[in-house]
Amino acid sequence: MPRDAETRYRRRSDRLGNSFTALCGGALALNLLLVLGILALLAWNGGRFFWQRDLVELTLRDGGKRLGEIWETEKRAAEAHAGADPAVDRIRMKIGNRDLAGLDFAWIDRKDVRSTTKPGDAELLERFEYGNFYGWMEEIHAGGKVVARGAEAAWRAFPAWQKKKAAERAAAERLEKGPIGDVNYEIEKLRLARKKLDVAALPAEEKAARSAALESELALREAAYQKLADRLTALRSTLDSGTVVLRAAGGETKEMPISGIVSAVRPNRMNAWEKSLLYGRRVFHFIADDPRESNTEGGIFPAIFGTVMMVFLMSVAVVPLGVLAALYLREYAKQGPFVRLVRIAVNNLAGVPSIVFGVFGLGFFVYTVGGTLDKLFYPEVLPAPTFGTGGILWAALTLALLTVPVVIVAAEEGLAAVPRIVREGSLALGATKAETLWRVVIPAAAPGILTGMILAMARAAGEVAPLMIVGMVKLAPALPVDGRPPFVHLNAKFMHLGFAIYDVGFQSPNIEATTPLVFATALLLIAVVTAMNLAAIALRNHLRRKYAGSAV
Amino acid sequence: MIETEPRTPEAATAPAAGRDPALRPPIEDPILDVEDLSLWYGEKQALHGISLEIPARKITAFIGPSGCGKSTLLRCINRLNDLVDGVRVEGEIRFEGEDIRDPETDVNRLRKRIGMVFQKSNPFPKSIYENVAYGARIQGIKKKADLDVIVERSLRSAALWDEVKDRLDESALGMSGGQQQRLCIARAIAVEPEVILLDEPCSALDPIATARIEELMQDLKDQYTQVVVTHNMQQASRVSDYTAFLYLGKLVEYGGTERLFLNPLKKQTEDYITGRFG
Repeated sequence: MPRDAETRYRRRSDRLGNSFTALCGGALALNLLLVLGILALLAWNGGRFFWQRDLVELTLRDGGKRLGEIWETEKRAAEAHAGADPAVDRIRMKIGNRDLAGLDFAWIDRKDVRSTTKPGDAELLERFEYGNFYGWMEEIHAGGKVVARGAEAAWRAFPAWQKKKAAERAAAERLEKGPIGDVNYEIEKLRLARKKLDVAALPAEEKAARSAALESELALREAAYQKLADRLTALRSTLDSGTVVLRAAGGETKEMPISGIVSAVRPNRMNAWEKSLLYGRRVFHFIADDPRESNTEGGIFPAIFGTVMMVFLMSVAVVPLGVLAALYLREYAKQGPFVRLVRIAVNNLAGVPSIVFGVFGLGFFVYTVGGTLDKLFYPEVLPAPTFGTGGILWAALTLALLTVPVVIVAAEEGLAAVPRIVREGSLALGATKAETLWRVVIPAAAPGILTGMILAMARAAGEVAPLMIVGMVKLAPALPVDGRPPFVHLNAKFMHLGFAIYDVGFQSPNIEATTPLVFATALLLIAVVTAMNLAAIALRNHLRRKYAGSAV
Repeated sequence: MIETEPRTPEAATAPAAGRDPALRPPIEDPILDVEDLSLWYGEKQALHGISLEIPARKITAFIGPSGCGKSTLLRCINRLNDLVDGVRVEGEIRFEGEDIRDPETDVNRLRKRIGMVFQKSNPFPKSIYENVAYGARIQGIKKKADLDVIVERSLRSAALWDEVKDRLDESALGMSGGQQQRLCIARAIAVEPEVILLDEPCSALDPIATARIEELMQDLKDQYTQVVVTHNMQQASRVSDYTAFLYLGKLVEYGGTERLFLNPLKKQTEDYITGRFG
C-alpha cells in the first residue's frame, strides 16, 4: 500500500473505531438514564404523595365554599386557543369528606372562583373510614354533654381525647388478639377433635364418653369466650363513646366518634420541619401499618412481609433443587446428545410464560399435592381445604419451578469453573467423588450458585401473574407467621407488593386518590428487591473472600 | 546422593536372570511392580507393554519428551486415569504384591496410600489449615487437637511451618507458587501415604523454589517412596536414584540414575540425554 493510502486507511479506521466506541458508550449512557429516569419518576410521584400540601379555601361565585388540597391545574385546550385567558383553567382539588360529598375530588373552573384563602385554622383529619375530612372540629361531646365548643377549644381539647381513645383501642385490640384469639383457637381445636372423633372407628361407649368430655370442655371454653366477648363489647362501646362534631367548608356538619379519627393536623400552621416530621410519620405508617379501606389507605406491611417471605421460601426451595440438578448434569451424567437435549429443555423452561407455571402450580401443587395432604392429614376439616387451596408454600414452590432454570444454568457455570486439577487433588487424597463435590467443588462454586439465587430472587419478587391463582390475595392482614403453633403457616394466603400495585391502582373504588400509591408501592417493591439482592450479594462476597483469599 | 549399584545382572534374583539389563535392572525391595502395562485413550495407544519395578524409599524419575506417556504411567499408579472417559488399560500394577487394578481394590484407600503432587499447585480454595487437614477429615478425624497435631507435623515435614504458622487461617491461594506446591506436598503427606507421586512438581516454579522442593524430596526420602515425572534432565540426575526413560509410550531404558546418565545402554537414551532430540 502506498504510504499516503495507508495513512488514509488508518485515519479512516481510527475514525470508525472512535465512532463505534462513542456509540457503545452512548447506548450504555442511555440505559443508565432510563434506569435513573424510572427511579426518579417513581420517587417523585410516590414521594410527593406523603408531603402535606397547604389547605386552600375557594369561595365560588355562586357563594359555595370548597376546602381542600389543590393537586393540579389544567389548561383547557379548546378555550385556551380562543382567548388564552387564565380564568379558563381548571383546578383539580382533593376535597375529601367522602361521606358528605360522595367524591374525594372535584374539578373547579377557575372562572367560577371568586377568592382564594388559606385559613390558618383549617384542619385535616385522617379517619379510619371515609378518608380525609377537611374542615373544622366544632364541638366535642362526651358523657352526654358538650366538653368543648368552638374550633379553638375543640382543637386544644382534642389531643388528650385522642390519646385516651388510642389507649382504649389498644386495649380492645390486645383483648381481641390475645385472650379471645387463644380461646377461639382452642375452641377450633376442640371442634376439630370432635369431628375427628365422629369419623373415628371406636366402640360406641368409648366414643360417647370421649364425646361427652369434649362437649363439656367445649362448653367451658364457649362460656369463657362469651365472657371475653362481653368485655370486648363493653370496651368497644367505651371506645365509641365521645363524639366530635365536624363542620365542612360549605357549612355541613357531621357528628362522628372521636375514636374514628387517626390524626388531626393544621397544615397551614405547620412549618417545614413539622411537615417533614409528618412526612416521615406517614412514610413509616405506609410501610408498617395494615391496610384500611380496601387497601386505599393505611399501610402495606402485610404485602411487604408476604413478598419477602414468599421469596425467601422460594429461595430455600430453588437453591437445593437447582444445585442438585446442576450437579447431576455437570458431574455425573455422561455428556452426550441426551444431556444436551436436557440442557436445551431447561433453558426453554425459562421461556415458558409465567402464567402457565401458575396453572401448573394450581393443578399440581394445590389440587393434587394439597388435596392429597388434606385427605391424609386434615380429613376432619374437609370439605374446607387446608393445603388444598392456594397458599404461600404453593406460591413459593410454583415460583421455584419458574426460576429453577436460572439457578441450574448459573450453578452449572459455577461448577464448570472449578478446575479439574483441584478435583483431582481431592481424589488423590483418597476422597470419594461425593466427598470431593461436597467439600471442595460446591464451596468453590458457591459464589456462582449464589449469583443464580440472586437472579432467581429478582425474577420471583417481580412475578405476579402465576401467584394470582396459587394463593395471593387482595387482603390478608393476618401474617403467615404468628405466635400460635406451628408459628409458620405455610398454607396461609398472603399479600404481595406486585399485586398491590395493580389492585390499588386499578381495582380500587377510589382511583384518583390511590394513583400516587401505585408509584410509592412500586418504589417500595424495587427497594425490597434491592435490599434482598444486596443481602445475597453481601453473602456472595463474603464467600468469595473466604474461598478466594486476599491475593485474588 | 546417587548410590552406586551393581551393574552386573548376575546380582539380580533368579527370575531376572537373562532379562535385558537396560530394561530390568536388579531392584532391591520393590514396592511397586508394573507388569506389561498398556493403555489406550480411545483408539490411541499411549502406553505399550511397560514393565518396571519401583524400589521402596528411593526416588525414581520418569523422563522423556512431552507426550511420551510418563504422566500417564504415573497416573495409572493411583488410578487417576480411571476418571478419563474412554480409557482402557491392560496389564498389572502390583502394590506390595496386590494388583491395584483388581475390581475388589478400594480405590479411595489406594489413593490414600499413594499420594500425589501435581504439575500445577492445586490448593483447595480453603484456609492453609483446612488444606492440610483435608485428608484427615476425609478419614473421619474430627477432633481439633488431633487435627492440630497432623497439620503441624505435615507442615514441618514440608518445611513450611515456620513460614505459615501465624497465618494458618488465611486462604491458601494467597501464598506464593513455591509455598503452594510445598503446601500440596504437606497435604499429601498428612494422610501418611507410602508412596508419593510427583507429576512435574517444579515445572511452574523459579529456580529457588525448585531447589527447595528438591531439598524437601531428599528429606522425605527416608520415609516415603517417591516417583517423580520430570522433563528436566538435570533435575532427574540431581534428585533421583533410578531413572526410567520413556519414548512414544514405550520404556526405552531403566536403571540406576548414575549409570543411565553416564553410561546409557541404548542409543535413543544417549541421544535424548545429550540433547540430540526431545
